[in-house]
Amino acid sequence: MAVAQSQLTRQRRRAALAFIVPMMTVLAAVAGWPLLRTIYFSFTDANLDNMGSYAGVGFANFASLAQDPEWWHAVKNTVEFAAISVTLETILGLVIALTLNAHLAGRGIVRAAVLIPWAIPTVVSAQMWNWMYNDLYGVLNYMLLKVGFIDHPYAWTGSPRLALAAVIIVDVWKTTPFMALLILAALQLLPGEIYEAAKLDGIPAPKVFWKVTLPLIRPALMVAVIFRTLDALRIFDLPYVLTGNSRETASMAVYARQKLIDFQDVGYGSAASTFLFVVIAVFTVVYITAGRVRFESR
Amino acid sequence: MPVGSRVAVLFSAALVFAGTVLGARSAAAQATVSVACGSVGAEFDLCKTGAEAWAKKTGNQIKVVSVPKDSNEQLALFQQLLSQKSGEIDVIRIDVVWPGLLAQHLVDMGKEVPRDVIAQHFPAIIEANTVSGHLVALPAFTDAGLLYYRKDLLEKYGRKAPTTWQDLTETAKIVQDGERKAGNDKIYGIVFQGRAYEGLTCNALEWVDSFGGGTIVDGQGKVTINNPKAIAAIKLAASWIKNIAPEGVLNYAEEEARGAFQSGNAVFMRNWPYAWALSQAPDSPVKGKVGVMALPKGGAEGKNTGTLGGWQWAVSKYSKNAKAAVDLAMYLTSPEEEKRAAIEVSFNPTIPALYKDKDILAKNPFIGELLSTFTNAVARPSRATKSKYNQVSSEFWNAVHEVLSGKSDAEASISKLEKNLNRISRNGKW
Repeated sequence: MAVAQSQLTRQRRRAALAFIVPMMTVLAAVAGWPLLRTIYFSFTDANLDNMGSYAGVGFANFASLAQDPEWWHAVKNTVEFAAISVTLETILGLVIALTLNAHLAGRGIVRAAVLIPWAIPTVVSAQMWNWMYNDLYGVLNYMLLKVGFIDHPYAWTGSPRLALAAVIIVDVWKTTPFMALLILAALQLLPGEIYEAAKLDGIPAPKVFWKVTLPLIRPALMVAVIFRTLDALRIFDLPYVLTGNSRETASMAVYARQKLIDFQDVGYGSAASTFLFVVIAVFTVVYITAGRVRFESR
Repeated sequence: MPVGSRVAVLFSAALVFAGTVLGARSAAAQATVSVACGSVGAEFDLCKTGAEAWAKKTGNQIKVVSVPKDSNEQLALFQQLLSQKSGEIDVIRIDVVWPGLLAQHLVDMGKEVPRDVIAQHFPAIIEANTVSGHLVALPAFTDAGLLYYRKDLLEKYGRKAPTTWQDLTETAKIVQDGERKAGNDKIYGIVFQGRAYEGLTCNALEWVDSFGGGTIVDGQGKVTINNPKAIAAIKLAASWIKNIAPEGVLNYAEEEARGAFQSGNAVFMRNWPYAWALSQAPDSPVKGKVGVMALPKGGAEGKNTGTLGGWQWAVSKYSKNAKAAVDLAMYLTSPEEEKRAAIEVSFNPTIPALYKDKDILAKNPFIGELLSTFTNAVARPSRATKSKYNQVSSEFWNAVHEVLSGKSDAEASISKLEKNLNRISRNGKW
């Protein structure tokens, strides 16, 4: 069905191109080029000490990556971290958004206040939590002891049982506001008539939530979840500031950085980075396809 | 995401912009020498004033560049600069474990500096800075692990300062239990650096060496860590956790340990000399109650030891003003400058003669008392393991951390460590 394009359509296309090209050029320079170089280096034995000379090694880096238990531990940490933190953030974000959506007095101030954790740079909040987590003078143990939730001070970041949980807690504290904000935006777009109709029909509140609210905000929720998951999979700053290169909490990104910078093994570190990139890319494709996420409104 | 390249981009950007021109006085000066000073308050000023004095004396200009605080990140920065053969920074300050990593990029000071100037410094430190016969840096100040203890508490329980780690374990338990009974329920016997990082390598090397268990990898590059003495040392340390040391020590670096000790919550602390001046500050709760001594021996047949730390000045091979740069490095490591550093910020000199200097001893008496500790310090195996040192250290601290946290027993963990180190070194060839 070939319809001849009008002059106007062609003009608009050209204008769109003129707007897009500069952005694509910048993206290619700051994101595309480093990415391609990282993938390229992952097939070499390049060393940070002497970047001038290196040789191709085929898939050798990926083969040793696959055999390194420390790497798989980092993969496990990352997946565990992403799954638990995103789930908690979604649930808490939903609860907070529903609360803020209600017509309460002073909700403007509450809405602004909720955003504070998200506005603090991650490195700062991680260091702040590190002090609060301290087993001897940390405020967290002090409060929990006072109210009797625990009977002795816990070593939150020291104990191997608690370290990953400690990282997850900070992430949930920090990023729940982001979730809440996205969900709240979706909630505010819902038409009031549906709720009035439900009220007139005498439908109980929980049923309204499951049958009306949730299906209507689902598209926005799906987008929020994917953003958070992508972020969580490439987590670096939180575990690095809280526990350094410790194997208990090292994520894939922490592992890759250590090999690349500390051990100067650019080839091997790039292989780990490339693997991380592939994991995120595959996840995104699967999620968007299976979840039928639409990024634009109909 | 390409994490690595992002970090790399960040570092190079930081470097380009971090250069702050501080001394642009006369256009007629002979050369402009850029120097990378440490960035922690006192040491930056010390370095800047020193370099400025040199510039004034010689008629050259200086450009002071500030670097990241974290030593690992400084190393990454220098490695990138030097591997690009950049002449951006002429004089850099390097850690005692870096010569093996950076040697190929540094000027051989042995050829540039008169023999008698080199001979002023501790031979052990000069040796630590010598890689395959080339002296790659001139020492500026030295560090060694020390034992801090609460004089008042030991006196209260009638205990002497411990001579062995076993002794320390017993004393710590007695004092801790006594104090807890008396109502101080937060007190612990000992704190140290147990976080999975370079500091744990320093701590654990001290335990192992004090028991006579070697230095992980010996001078010839042979992996020696899997021996009964090393295992006994690590086992003893592991027995402290939750017993006389808080579990949180597994994530303590220097400042967390000092926080616990200085607030009065620990009887003993292993730390570097810098903690002394701070524990004696006017607002310190333990002021006047602290003693400093060499670390205990590992049993009656063991020895007193401490891991060698410290910083040195090196000159980049790619410097365009190498002659002036070497002259600046010599100035910064001269007896006069080291004396100024010892008095102003209590850095330990690398020149034995200064340990008898009246002015220094009047200000910081402990420097003189600890002379033997600094001469007996044990070096980390950075020279034998060359560019692989970071990997070796990481394997070692992870293995020790697993034992301390109770995830695996000492025998299994150390034999796995031995296997990994042999793999990394291709059986001792490095």
